[in-house]
Amino acid sequence: MVTQNKIHKNGNLVFEHAGSPEEFLNALYAHLALSYPKFHKMDLLCKLGFLTTELLLQDSGHSEKYGDTETGLVLCNKNSSLDVDLKYAQTIQKGASPALFVYTLPNIVIGEISIRHHFRGENAFFVFKQFNGNFIVEYVNCLFENKLIKNCLCGWVDILKEDYHATLFLIEPDGSQKNSIVFTPENLNQLNQQEHG
Amino acid sequence: MDNLLEKLKVQVIDRLKLKDLKPADIGDDQPLFVEGIGLDSIDALELIVLLQQEYNIKLSNADDGPRVFQSIRTMADYITANSGAVKVST
Repeated sequence: MVTQNKIHKNGNLVFEHAGSPEEFLNALYAHLALSYPKFHKMDLLCKLGFLTTELLLQDSGHSEKYGDTETGLVLCNKNSSLDVDLKYAQTIQKGASPALFVYTLPNIVIGEISIRHHFRGENAFFVFKQFNGNFIVEYVNCLFENKLIKNCLCGWVDILKEDYHATLFLIEPDGSQKNSIVFTPENLNQLNQQEHG
Repeated sequence: MDNLLEKLKVQVIDRLKLKDLKPADIGDDQPLFVEGIGLDSIDALELIVLLQQEYNIKLSNADDGPRVFQSIRTMADYITANSGAVKVST
């Protein structure tokens, strides 16, 4: 959904802005007219996941449909928190920054999204060499089958230096959203390729 | 002292990335935590680092934290009391 300087939602280009990843994400924050002071403190992985979730849930009526514990959050990426890890390592020379240190784990992005949307359901973050639709479908279906969740945000949120890519999906059993597709590994892999390619 | 208060406000905004605030938005005696500006525990650690890096002052007793970081004025008072010669550039 979010790739180099562009955002697609359900196949449509919805935002474009040239610049560094930080400039792009700050421009997107302004474009969405959000007022969330903590956004400015986040590392870029969190900003990317946070804003992609905002776009996905925008106008979806999600908060009215589901309770706090009914939403699962399953994210994956390739570079873990390496983007901010490297920045933190550089600051150690001058004196470590606690505000930077707290972002040196990839699953913090799940925390930031959960705080924003009051999610208290099942969540997990996995690191893979590449997008893995098979795993996502198998893991999320397991959560549904065990009746742990009633819907799930899942997908890929990755950034390292100038390269960033996020593809998020909202999975609902009844497929009630417009443009919904069947939750299969093939569809996830294909959509991720389309958006990334 | 006034210069130090203003300088501290700029440093706190910059250090804590409080991009929605301007120095004029922070009162000299306004509480920095909870009901005031709403800083949290990570921000408190960042303020301790700010004192070390910008003023070469180490908070030797952690119990002093709530008193020292109560407001911009209490921070300025602590800096003034614990540094030989505070240099304030304007």
